[in-house]
Amino acid sequence: MPLLRPQLPTGPHYGILAEFATPADLFHACERVRDAGFTRWDAHTPFPVHGLEKAMGLRRSLLPWIVLVAGLTGAAGGFALQWWVHASAYPLVISGKPYFAWPAMIPITFELGVLFAAFGAVLGMFGLNRLPMHYHPLFKSKVFERVTDDAFFISIESWDPRFDSSATGKLLESLGARSVELLES
Amino acid sequence: MAQTESELLDNPVAGNPTLILRSPDFHSITEAVAEPIERKTPIGWWFFFFPSLTLLGLLGVAVSWLFWEGIGVWGLNVPVGWAWDITNFVFWIGIGHAGTLISAILFLFRQRWRTSINRAAEAMTIFAVMCALLFPGIHVGRVWVAYWMFPLPNQMGVWPNFRSPLLWDVFAVSVYGTVSILFWYVGLIPDLAMMRDRAKTSARKFAYGFFALGWRGSVRQWHHYESAYLVLAALATPLVLSVHSIVSMDFAVSLLPGWHTTIFPPYFVAGAIFSGFAMVLTLMVICRTAFRLEHIVTLRHFDYMAKIMLVTGSMVGFAYATEFFTAWYSGNPYEFFTFLNRAGGPYAWAYWIMVSCNVISPQVFWFKKARTSIPILFVMSIIINIGMWFERFVIIVTSLHRDFLPSSWGYFTPTIWDISCLLGSFGLFFTMFCLFVRFLPMVATSEVKTVLPQADPHHGSAPEREIKEHRAALPRHAPTPAPGEA
Repeated sequence: MPLLRPQLPTGPHYGILAEFATPADLFHACERVRDAGFTRWDAHTPFPVHGLEKAMGLRRSLLPWIVLVAGLTGAAGGFALQWWVHASAYPLVISGKPYFAWPAMIPITFELGVLFAAFGAVLGMFGLNRLPMHYHPLFKSKVFERVTDDAFFISIESWDPRFDSSATGKLLESLGARSVELLES
Repeated sequence: MAQTESELLDNPVAGNPTLILRSPDFHSITEAVAEPIERKTPIGWWFFFFPSLTLLGLLGVAVSWLFWEGIGVWGLNVPVGWAWDITNFVFWIGIGHAGTLISAILFLFRQRWRTSINRAAEAMTIFAVMCALLFPGIHVGRVWVAYWMFPLPNQMGVWPNFRSPLLWDVFAVSVYGTVSILFWYVGLIPDLAMMRDRAKTSARKFAYGFFALGWRGSVRQWHHYESAYLVLAALATPLVLSVHSIVSMDFAVSLLPGWHTTIFPPYFVAGAIFSGFAMVLTLMVICRTAFRLEHIVTLRHFDYMAKIMLVTGSMVGFAYATEFFTAWYSGNPYEFFTFLNRAGGPYAWAYWIMVSCNVISPQVFWFKKARTSIPILFVMSIIINIGMWFERFVIIVTSLHRDFLPSSWGYFTPTIWDISCLLGSFGLFFTMFCLFVRFLPMVATSEVKTVLPQADPHHGSAPEREIKEHRAALPRHAPTPAPGEA
């Protein structure tokens, strides 16, 4: 279960943070880190860089399935509510129409489907991304403040089986990192 | 600032036009957007904010008086039971549609120029929906039972009628407002994190940091984020089309001549986009100058928006003509009378204001000079919004003021409280917008940065250089220079 996994590495070090100058440098470095077999690592960019998730070897997001389930729940719930009100709880003849005049119930069924799907998308994204998470060891780094501005980073966490504080740092330097920093937990 | 030759060339790899001028780097985009929020409040801002706040106060007075005295303070009476209240409602909800069109539909169509204007347009949507929600809320008369509009269990055992378009409307507009806020907020998260990381004071760091949720721009996060954004765009697209269709059904499902037509849903949606783009234009013309964002919101963006307005304005004009044709072709004397009465009856002045503002004047946008002239665009955006307000007035009031029995005919005249509510809703809208541009990044920097050429991870690679050299060797005919900024 991904949600039950501990979120941050234990031990004295969080990991290594390396800064790259351009999206192109970061892209090639990510391909190399992926090919070196690291699993517990991440890249950080101010904007979504096209194709970087492939360079990192990420699988497709599960989010659309969450949205589908949420949307169908909303639509089914909305339709059931309208059926229950008009055919069961409060039957009332209006304009001589049948109690269960289902075509007239489509607009609200659709709207509630969209409403639930939208909440599914946003809350599902928060869940998969583990947001809100106001504390993170990366925020201790001074250079990391530029991650939302114009800097590109790779962070490799210390609990990766291939992590080694000196060798991993050297690997990142050899990939063209501008600076390499060892972060405390 | 003068453009160099290479800047004017369209991006050779993606085949995209140069959207952001002056070839900025990533940091200068951050500065251009974040710096105006961080400096001391400029005097000019107060010149917009105080008049808006005054009008908002007027709204408070008008609504309080309305609650105290009842809806008789408006000029409503039999046969005109809906007038400015519902006109204002449809007007504002229509304006809201451009924001979602820009942020969702243009996103799905991969129109990358949207990135410069989508944030402000989405904010505009939310504030317009707030103004729109106000009017159905206050026009019910007994506002203390306005909650009857919602399916809430109650001691009377009474439930709303889900077969009524008015209830569809309650759901459509409130879902639209909610989804617009969600979409806007998701888009804001990376930029709130940017404001957090730049913050100099701990109060700002806390406030922006709290809402940024600890965003750290990780690609694993972007991965789900982009998926969520795409899904929200895909959800908002049918939603926005449904909302104004359902609003139009408030009228179309009734049996009143002038309202009972099947053309209403597409006609209303086209009109909504038309008026919404006009409002985006009004706001962006002011904001790009006030915040010196001329290189991010360029004349090219205005050119594109003017083209969309020309298309939707012509669709609206076509709908006016179709309505007339159908009224004649139906052979229904009541229907045909309603339309003759619209164009030649007591409200003919309103009808011809509508036609001249919405159909005739946007035709200037056939000319590129008009599409790229700031004064013409600004004046046109205001004319179009006046015209679109009159369109709703014409549809609602001219259809109502002539009943089937001539003994029930009437003429609606607004009172001071009708006028105060309309002006006050502009106060609400502009107050919110002033606060938005003061405290939040009005351009989506994390999206604008993606349209810069160097954001492409293959920028500067061998194939790209080859294509560029090949293009440069060709005779100069195809690439169009970015308008203005010369």
